[in-house]
Amino acid sequence: MGKVIVVTSGKGGVGKTTSTAALGAALARTGQNVVVVDFDVGLRNLDLVMGAERRVVFDLINVVQGVAKLPQALIRDKRLETLYLLPASQTRDKDALTEEGIAQVIGDLRSRFDWVICDSPAGIERGATLAMRFADEAIIVANPEVSSVRDSDRIIGLLDSKTVKAERGERMAKHLLIARFDPARAARGEMLSVEDVLEILSIPLLGVIPESEEVLRASNLGAPITICGQQSAPAHAYMDAARRLAGEEIEMMIPTEKKGLLTKLFGRRAA
Amino acid sequence: MRLFRFLKPVSSAPVARERLQILLEYERRMVSQSSLITTLKEEILAVVSRHVSVDPEKIHVSVDSGDGFSTLAVDIQIPNRAGALGR
Repeated sequence: MGKVIVVTSGKGGVGKTTSTAALGAALARTGQNVVVVDFDVGLRNLDLVMGAERRVVFDLINVVQGVAKLPQALIRDKRLETLYLLPASQTRDKDALTEEGIAQVIGDLRSRFDWVICDSPAGIERGATLAMRFADEAIIVANPEVSSVRDSDRIIGLLDSKTVKAERGERMAKHLLIARFDPARAARGEMLSVEDVLEILSIPLLGVIPESEEVLRASNLGAPITICGQQSAPAHAYMDAARRLAGEEIEMMIPTEKKGLLTKLFGRRAA
Repeated sequence: MRLFRFLKPVSSAPVARERLQILLEYERRMVSQSSLITTLKEEILAVVSRHVSVDPEKIHVSVDSGDGFSTLAVDIQIPNRAGALGR
C-alpha cells in the first residue's frame, strides 16, 4: 500500500506545483512508483510543469464520474518510467468532485503506487479540503514571508481537524518545506530566517529550497527541476527532501551565502 | 552607500516575526474557540431536544475569556406553547 501525501499551503504562488513535480520525480528516480495528482480543477498546471500538457486525454473528474478508467487517465512520464501524472480537469466544475469519488480514486491509486502525491489548489475551499481529506501525511510549502506563514498556520489547523485521519483521532504527520528562501536577505535580517519560520509553525522541517533562476528555467522547459536541472541548488535540496520523506536521515543543509560556518551551525540543529 | 546602510538598521525580519507571533496566537485561540462553540452547541441542542422542542437558531453559546477564568454562557429560547415544557 502506497503513501498518500498532500502538498498544500493555503496561499497561492508559493511553489506547491513546482514542489509536487520535483519531489515526485526525485522519488521516481529511485525506482519507486509515483503518481502526482493535480487537484486544481479549472486551473490545472501540474501538466504544464511536467511537460505533459499535450498528452492529456482524460482527467481526474472523468475518472470520478466513471467516464474513463483510471489507467486511461494516467499519463506516464517520458523521462522516468515509474512517474505518472493524473491531471485535473480544465473545463469542468470543481463541484463534480465528490468525497466518495475521490475516496475511491485515492484508494485505487494507493494500491497501484508507492507514492501518491496530491497537488492542492490554493485557498481553503472544497478543492483544497478534498486534496488533504484522505492524506496520510502533509507537506506544507511556505515562503519566508508573513502572509504565507499565516496561511500555513491556518492550513495546519485544517489538517488537524478536517482530514479523515484527524477525525479518527490519529495524528497527521506534517512536514515543512520552505521555498524561495534567499540566504543573503535572511542573513541581512531582511527576510524571516528558517529558524523563525520553524519556531512560529513548530512542525518538522523537510527541506529549504533556495530561490533560484533554475526553477523558472525548469518550468519553461516543462520538466521537474530534479530531472532537468539536477546539478542546481534547488534540485539538490529537493532530492534531499525526497529522501527525508522516504525516511532517510540526512543532514539538513540550510542554504547560506557563504558556505561553511552557517551551514554547520544550522545543519546540526535542524537535522 | 554601504556605510550608510550599515549605520541604519534595515532588519525588518524581527518585526515580521513579532507581528506573526502575536497574530497567530490570537488566531489559533479564535479558531479553537469557534470549533469548541460549534461542538458545544450541537451537543447541547441534542440533549435539550430530547426533552423540549428547540429551534436550532434559538440557541446561543458564547465564551468570554477573562484573566483568571472564562465564562461559558448558554442561552436557549424555548417556545411557550403548551406541552413544550415538562414532557
